[in-house]
Amino acid sequence: MELNTLSIIFAGLATMMVAASLLAVTTRNIMRATVYLLFVLFGTAGIYFILHYAFLGAVQVTVYAGGIIVLFVFAALLIGRGTRDLTHTSILRYTAGFTAAVTGLALSVYLIFTHSFPEVKSPTSIVPMNLIGHTMMGADKYNFVLPFEVVSVLLLACMVGALLIARKR
Amino acid sequence: MFDFSIITTAIDQFLRSLMPSAMAVFLECVLVAVCVIVAYVLLAIVMIFMERKVCAAFQCRLGPMRVGFWGLLQVFADVFKMIIKEIIHFKRTDNLLYNLAPYLVVLSSLLTFSCLPFARGLEVLDFNMGIFFVMATSSFGVLGIMLAGWSSNNKYSMIGAMRSGAQMVSYELSIGLSMLTLVALSGTMQLSEIVERQADTWFIFKGHLPALTAFIIYLIAGNAETNRGPFDLPEAESELTAGYHTEYSGMGFGFFYVAEFMNLFIVSGIASTLFLGGWMPLHIPGLDGFNAVMDFIPGIVWFMGKTFFVIWLLMWVKWTFPRLRIDQVITLEWKYLVPIGLINLLIMTLCVVMGWTL
Repeated sequence: MELNTLSIIFAGLATMMVAASLLAVTTRNIMRATVYLLFVLFGTAGIYFILHYAFLGAVQVTVYAGGIIVLFVFAALLIGRGTRDLTHTSILRYTAGFTAAVTGLALSVYLIFTHSFPEVKSPTSIVPMNLIGHTMMGADKYNFVLPFEVVSVLLLACMVGALLIARKR
Repeated sequence: MFDFSIITTAIDQFLRSLMPSAMAVFLECVLVAVCVIVAYVLLAIVMIFMERKVCAAFQCRLGPMRVGFWGLLQVFADVFKMIIKEIIHFKRTDNLLYNLAPYLVVLSSLLTFSCLPFARGLEVLDFNMGIFFVMATSSFGVLGIMLAGWSSNNKYSMIGAMRSGAQMVSYELSIGLSMLTLVALSGTMQLSEIVERQADTWFIFKGHLPALTAFIIYLIAGNAETNRGPFDLPEAESELTAGYHTEYSGMGFGFFYVAEFMNLFIVSGIASTLFLGGWMPLHIPGLDGFNAVMDFIPGIVWFMGKTFFVIWLLMWVKWTFPRLRIDQVITLEWKYLVPIGLINLLIMTLCVVMGWTL
């Protein structure tokens, strides 16, 4: 790949994402971890934007930065002091965490080295909004009305469940 | 109408003739950023002055009168004072998050600010889903406020931040619904295209009843979203000192202050773009002579006039109504505005499908 503006921007974003991910898992402060995660998600949104998927980038910012991270911060505020003592965990947790991490790493490395990475034609200009709308709500082949509706049923179930828990007896 | 893209294209071609295109693009980005930041700060200064004068008028006072003619230099003096103030660091605060929080708030409002179409061809970010991008970038401003409240290690700040979080997350829904109502009417999400489609009539007239309802909902929710007016519980000075920015001094506080005023400008700017035609002059179908006369007024004057009219409406509300309690704020949103907004969206869709628009 020749060195052009896009690769410089990509390199910047990728460096930021890697650094922020490392910081997010190494910090002991849950609030700081959330903020580092925010920068990872911003980086992902930036990569969507340079791939011309502007809608996906905006969704990434709305849902993750404006929704999930705010939710995380709320949860962290509600469980008390932001800094939890993470030094005294049991040996069982260490083993479980270590196993999960090693399995994840092995799986990722295996996939990266065995996948053939076929040439994908990415759009040369920003994908029109009408096309996204029709694809989301269309019932033809390669359209997504069923997953869309299934996800909305899932969200409805979540909301009913939350109401049931929060309801005054 | 004058098209500003003639000037921007000329600058672009001039730069490209001098240097390689990547360098030119980089230089243009820097230029645009400088212009946006300067406009942001100048508008903030204008709005702070306006706020003080409007507030004084509503309270039968004169407002700032001593510094400069009619108090015109008062805000500049205040800005200078703010810059040279000592920045105080506290011992048991999270310094990283404490210093980061104001920048998050300003970043969010700067990004939203650069989406506003000021005149034909004079907009920085103009995606085909522009209105959604506006929502996306304005949605993480609340994060900065919550981090500020938490990292200050102060109970007042904490309560202010929690209130702000609950309030802003809730009212975002109403803003989204009223924007969606207008998107259903306009059939596009691109901000420049939305303005172009109001060339015959502004959307508030074209969409008559549902558009008017959406406008009122948008104004209420927008006022709550900027933590102002009757919804200023996050910084209720009588109970919480200054809310989430109690512990900030100097420019840290300045950023929050400026971002709050600029969020008011952005909310009003989006309102004037969506409902009142943005930079589009007042056109009445059939009256060609009148329309031609209106076209002589430049677009930026129209945009600023409408925006400052909406700002004045919101300031009028702020200095007239008493502050709500937090449960009243949440009740107003979830039990009244959201259901009305949903029904209004349905009515608007029905109007558009049946062709009942003007």
